[in-house]
Amino acid sequence: MSYPEKYKYAKSHEWLNIDGETGIVGITDYAQSSLGDIVFVELPKVGQQIEAGSTFGSVESVKAVSDLYSPATGTVTEINEALNSAPETINTAANDTWLIKLTLTNTDDANALLSATDYEKFVSEETGH
Amino acid sequence: MTETATLRRTALHATHHSHKAKMVDFGGWDMPVQYRGLIEEHMAVRERVGLFDVSHMGDIQLRGPNSLAAVQKLLMNDASKLQTGQAHYSAMLYPNGTFVDDVVLHKLGDNDYLIVINAGTREKDVAWVRSVIGGMTGVHVNDFSDYYTQLAIQGPKAEATLQKLTGVDLKPIKNYWFTWGQVCGCHNVMIARTGYTGEDGFEIYIPSDEPTSSRVWGEVLAAGEEFGIIPCGLGARNTLRLEAAMALYGHEISDTLNVFEANLGRYCKLDKGTDFVGREALAKIQADGGPSKKLVGLEMVERGIGRDGYPVLSLDGAKIGEVTSGSPAPFLKKNIALAYVPIAFTEVGTEVAVEVRGLPVKAVVVPTPFYKRPKITTPPITAPLS
Repeated sequence: MSYPEKYKYAKSHEWLNIDGETGIVGITDYAQSSLGDIVFVELPKVGQQIEAGSTFGSVESVKAVSDLYSPATGTVTEINEALNSAPETINTAANDTWLIKLTLTNTDDANALLSATDYEKFVSEETGH
Repeated sequence: MTETATLRRTALHATHHSHKAKMVDFGGWDMPVQYRGLIEEHMAVRERVGLFDVSHMGDIQLRGPNSLAAVQKLLMNDASKLQTGQAHYSAMLYPNGTFVDDVVLHKLGDNDYLIVINAGTREKDVAWVRSVIGGMTGVHVNDFSDYYTQLAIQGPKAEATLQKLTGVDLKPIKNYWFTWGQVCGCHNVMIARTGYTGEDGFEIYIPSDEPTSSRVWGEVLAAGEEFGIIPCGLGARNTLRLEAAMALYGHEISDTLNVFEANLGRYCKLDKGTDFVGREALAKIQADGGPSKKLVGLEMVERGIGRDGYPVLSLDGAKIGEVTSGSPAPFLKKNIALAYVPIAFTEVGTEVAVEVRGLPVKAVVVPTPFYKRPKITTPPITAPLS
């Protein structure tokens, strides 16, 4: 498992990469590993407003459905269309596979999120190993 | 990890951990749901060979001069048709024709039968067997569930894999027949051409001590290496059985669903000549025109995955039924489901919808099984080049 230092992490297992006013959102390596083989991703529409902590889509493995929670508030500017035909890229490269891009309403949202180190600690506490 | 301490373990528990398997609670058992990946494991069984620990399954033996009469009273299929070395699918029913459990009955010999039962229903099943045949003389019931480590070797290369580990000629063993022989140095191992994957394969019953269990597990993996064998978990077992449209207790069959609703009438012999628990209720249901709902296969037409418990809707939006098992099918590469719907919706080609998180997603009734393994054909004899 690896968690890039420059990302911020939600306890619901999404990462946020802030690039100026833009927030790029993906799911963590831990999330993809717990889900197993990902076969389906449902994403919001471009232009949709989403709130930090609210669901913006879902990701499905063969055996489970998992809701996606936004780590920040903003407006969706882009969705990763490639995931419709190749959702399994999330399994092979969770840190490099983005789901949506947002124009952030408030870049301070990131302050409420965990650092890579704290997220790793949170995961190990949650799983007990 | 205090919770898992109360879960039951098979003799291969430590072995699964050494493979870094992901474990889940399955009917009170701490079992591997996957090792490297569900899709990879599923495909290994369809295309090559996979190895499963299914030791959580239970085994009840009925012996004695009245054992056939006991089996006939207890189970819906006609056990008098079985020859020694033959097995068949059957079920124990409640008086109203619903399911205590589905089972595979093996005829070990005259007056000697082995019933293989599900893990989650073990205690209930054993108690049921004892209550149904408790008053009978000339039959002795033994719960041998903890005596065996049961391994399932499944896939087109299962025979070639197991053949390397036994002197018994496996080729003549027909589907749902079994024999005994030496496997990996263990004597009198029951070798059955059975399984729960829709694929050719074997289930072997070896002594359940840990050293023997882990040794045999390792030898099967080593023997199958040249064919690409991998250990497979309950996740793949579930998607494999779903593609083959085989019932799972608590999903397609339960104490609220009867034999005809579950489409298992072909295994229920109302006219076998002896009474059995559930017969009278089922005969009445049949005489009254059959069940009002039935299990069907669905294939999702629109984008979306119907899953266990999702509502089934008519195209005008009314709730008509429920998905009992639904999943992406890794081999078929479709989203499939088994569901109960009213008789009016059971015809192949009928369009319905599955409600996926609040939204109707179109699906169509398709024939089951979704997957049928290709018939083994002898390669044609090619004429020598002249």
